[in-house]
Amino acid sequence: MEKIKCECGHVNPLGTVLCEACGKPIEGNQHIDGNENKKLLNMRYEGSARRSKTYTSSFIDKIWTFFSSVKVGVWLIVIALIASALGTIYPQEQYIPAEAISRDPAVFYEATYGTTGKLYYQLGFHDLYGSWWYMILLALIGVSLVICSLDRFIPLYRALKKQRAKRHETFIRRQRYFSETEQVSEDEITKVKNRLRKQRYKISEENGHILAEKGRFSRWGPYVNHIGLIIILIAALLRQTPLLFLDEYVWVREGQQTVIPGTKGEYYIENKEFILEIYDESDGEIYKDALEMQGEAVAKNYQTNAIIYKKKEESVVGAEPELEVIKEAEIKMNNPLKFDGYTLYQAGYQLDEFDTMSFKVHQTDDTDKESLGTFTVDLTKPDQTYELDNGLRVQIDQYYPDYELDKGEPRSKTKFPRNPAFVFLIYPPEENKPEVSFVGIGRNIDPTNENQYKLGIADFSMRDVSGLTVRKDYTLPLFIIGAAIFMIGVIQGMYWQHRRVWIHPKGKNVLLAAHTNKNWHGLKQNIEKAITDTKINLVEDQQELEEEVKKKGGKS
Amino acid sequence: MSLLEISSTMLYTAFILYLIATGFFGATIKSKKQKRGISEKIGITLTIIGFIAQLVYFITRWMASGHAPVSNMFEFVTAFGMAMVLAFIILYFIYRLTVLGLFALPVAMIVIAYASMFPSDVAPLVPSLQSNWLGIHVTTVALSIGILSISFVAGLIYLIKFVDQSNRSKRTTWLEIILFTLFVFIGFSVISVIFNFIDYEAKFQYIDGTNEVETVYEMPAIVGPHDGTALTEDAMKPWFEAPGWMLGKDAGRKFNTLIWSFITGLVIYLLCRLIARKRIGAALQPLMKKVNLDLVDEISYRAVAIGFPLFTLGGLIFAAIWAQIAWDRFWGWDPKEVWALITWFFYAAFLHLRLSRGWHGEKSAWLSIVGFAIIMFNLVGVNLLLAGLHSYA
Repeated sequence: MEKIKCECGHVNPLGTVLCEACGKPIEGNQHIDGNENKKLLNMRYEGSARRSKTYTSSFIDKIWTFFSSVKVGVWLIVIALIASALGTIYPQEQYIPAEAISRDPAVFYEATYGTTGKLYYQLGFHDLYGSWWYMILLALIGVSLVICSLDRFIPLYRALKKQRAKRHETFIRRQRYFSETEQVSEDEITKVKNRLRKQRYKISEENGHILAEKGRFSRWGPYVNHIGLIIILIAALLRQTPLLFLDEYVWVREGQQTVIPGTKGEYYIENKEFILEIYDESDGEIYKDALEMQGEAVAKNYQTNAIIYKKKEESVVGAEPELEVIKEAEIKMNNPLKFDGYTLYQAGYQLDEFDTMSFKVHQTDDTDKESLGTFTVDLTKPDQTYELDNGLRVQIDQYYPDYELDKGEPRSKTKFPRNPAFVFLIYPPEENKPEVSFVGIGRNIDPTNENQYKLGIADFSMRDVSGLTVRKDYTLPLFIIGAAIFMIGVIQGMYWQHRRVWIHPKGKNVLLAAHTNKNWHGLKQNIEKAITDTKINLVEDQQELEEEVKKKGGKS
Repeated sequence: MSLLEISSTMLYTAFILYLIATGFFGATIKSKKQKRGISEKIGITLTIIGFIAQLVYFITRWMASGHAPVSNMFEFVTAFGMAMVLAFIILYFIYRLTVLGLFALPVAMIVIAYASMFPSDVAPLVPSLQSNWLGIHVTTVALSIGILSISFVAGLIYLIKFVDQSNRSKRTTWLEIILFTLFVFIGFSVISVIFNFIDYEAKFQYIDGTNEVETVYEMPAIVGPHDGTALTEDAMKPWFEAPGWMLGKDAGRKFNTLIWSFITGLVIYLLCRLIARKRIGAALQPLMKKVNLDLVDEISYRAVAIGFPLFTLGGLIFAAIWAQIAWDRFWGWDPKEVWALITWFFYAAFLHLRLSRGWHGEKSAWLSIVGFAIIMFNLVGVNLLLAGLHSYA
């Protein structure tokens, strides 16, 4: 048997609990919604035939049934909730502070938090939200969303589409809100009908039977918001692909022009100026107390004045590219720069980095330090050798942009010229044996103590460096669409209710029943308003009556 | 009078009005009349006037500071209290339940009192906060958690009426714990006022990351900062030090305040129990005689139904939009973000359990309390225990 024919003539799909058209309980299927031995009918899905409750034998059926369960869905949410909370116990990898003992997670967690920190790292909780099992958890939630929605939406849609105004008496009597009134006149029924219409109920009639309905669209709310969530999950998946998502970082010095990474050499940026402003008295009396309490400078603005160039198409490969200005802008925090699908964010800065350094050479024993020649080193790209006017040749043997002594060994802490130091080889005119000299800020060492020439820092220039994030994210519109659909769905489902009132004449008597998916008090108020000055009795809450018989507050 | 002075006067006025209004709502409980009494009318009128006063506080402070007054803990928590009052007013006019006011207003006052313990100076905005999204994101969040809090208040009323107090049980114990927590918040306000009055001060120095920082304790140090040294000579010596795993800014001082609040709350609680000679839950139960459990359950759910979409909008969507503009990513797994997600997960589970699995009444009431606990953890706990981008105060 594939279909079930109801006595009203409607043919229902297999597994139907309540006839889609008239609502008559279908014998043999009442256990599905737990209607046996109960006065009230389970109306959650209108007694429609759901796949998960109908087909349960094959392997696929079992998987479908598993994921279509709200219980499973809630468990998945709860597990995700607990897992997310675990990830906040210690900072995630990306939030290890700059001043930490080590930024290497293998060292940081144990050194900072001891054994629990070590365990945290070993369990992979330092990157919990990027871990495979967290991803799988979210994916399972996604699967649950899809299956839950399909399992319920299709039959529910059918049932509400096929419902008729004339319902079976059993259906009416087994609603939560129900009343029976004897000897009701036609006029009174018309009065109630019109009052319901006035309250914006849609009325449909069939042989004197009346169905008043409003807000049916709110029943679709859950499915709409689930679609939104699925779109968001898909967007998150797509974001993993480099095709749609780009995340780069570029340091650019004041006055420098550099290619923007991730743009395939197509775009260049020039940093005209970096500006750091802090709050002071001129910002008004009102901030005085707060600034005093803070005790340190409070930043007011981070800004890079930048020019964006695009490579001209006819540029020859290998040659210096020809550039044209496409944009000139101030990039500030909260005010990123957008061009051709890319976005640049003010993300970091380095103040007072060395730009150039000039050196002067003189005779070691010359007390007047009379210059024998000078040269200037560009600290970002120093030359190998410098020929001086008087025939001296200076060669850079070692260059430490950010000099420090590590256990007696000189090294460069970073590759940025923050504390430059050099080992110079000085070749006197027409000689092949050089003198060695070590020069840095506040350092001038002659390892042999026999040098004829001495090098000294004559001058230097400094500049700031801007750190900018380069982003291209084609998944953003998808996230926005997903979020918008979610919001529409959730508002549709939460702020409206699906209310129905049935008027069922039975001889001279009238049966009145009503159902809503939520906010029963509101429904009762609607009915109260509709039946004033008529003989018709107000509906009784049969669930309340049932419960009062069953138990009395809290004793269990 | 300067704008700022008007502003703080108005906040004070609002607080007093809420206090008086609570008294009038209390008076309605005992009245036998079914019709709406005069004290109920006075109660709701005073609440509305109080809310307007607080609105004036908000607007004048906005005008004075030049930015939406939701930029630090004082301002945000005050706005949260205000949102709670607004949510109560709205739900009052839908359901006309006075007992809601008797509980919602004191909870809102506790929240506002808590806010006033943070520095209330007008602070300039750091670059990351200089955006219109500050006002949009934070006020929506405040409004949504204000509404969600009413769900907690209704849930609490439900449980006070519902839980059988004739014998001690798991239920009565948990209910007492919840009520005791409210006493801790009251204890916080009381002890802060006391030490403020006697002008207590003790300075400490400790290492925060690599920086040496100074902190001023306004309560005697039961717990000192982690690896800290006392700078004030004649002050009380700390009994022990804050553990190193408390990562929030100035965690030692905050933990110390928590301990003092706990002690004071306990003292007040014990005094109340001594006077009542029974559990606080049992003492409150008779006030609930007229309460219709179904209606309270409905309010508790309705508050979530209204608050959840708003929270999604303010706490996740607006938050993500702003994060994308300011921090170049819309989601970064910062602790505050994660806890907003956890709050969202929780209320999503709550709604599924209620709508699909029929968790009404008592179960739903307990859930609404857990939800509020999560919100409060995100407000108080995350700043105390966890380091992150949002720890502005």
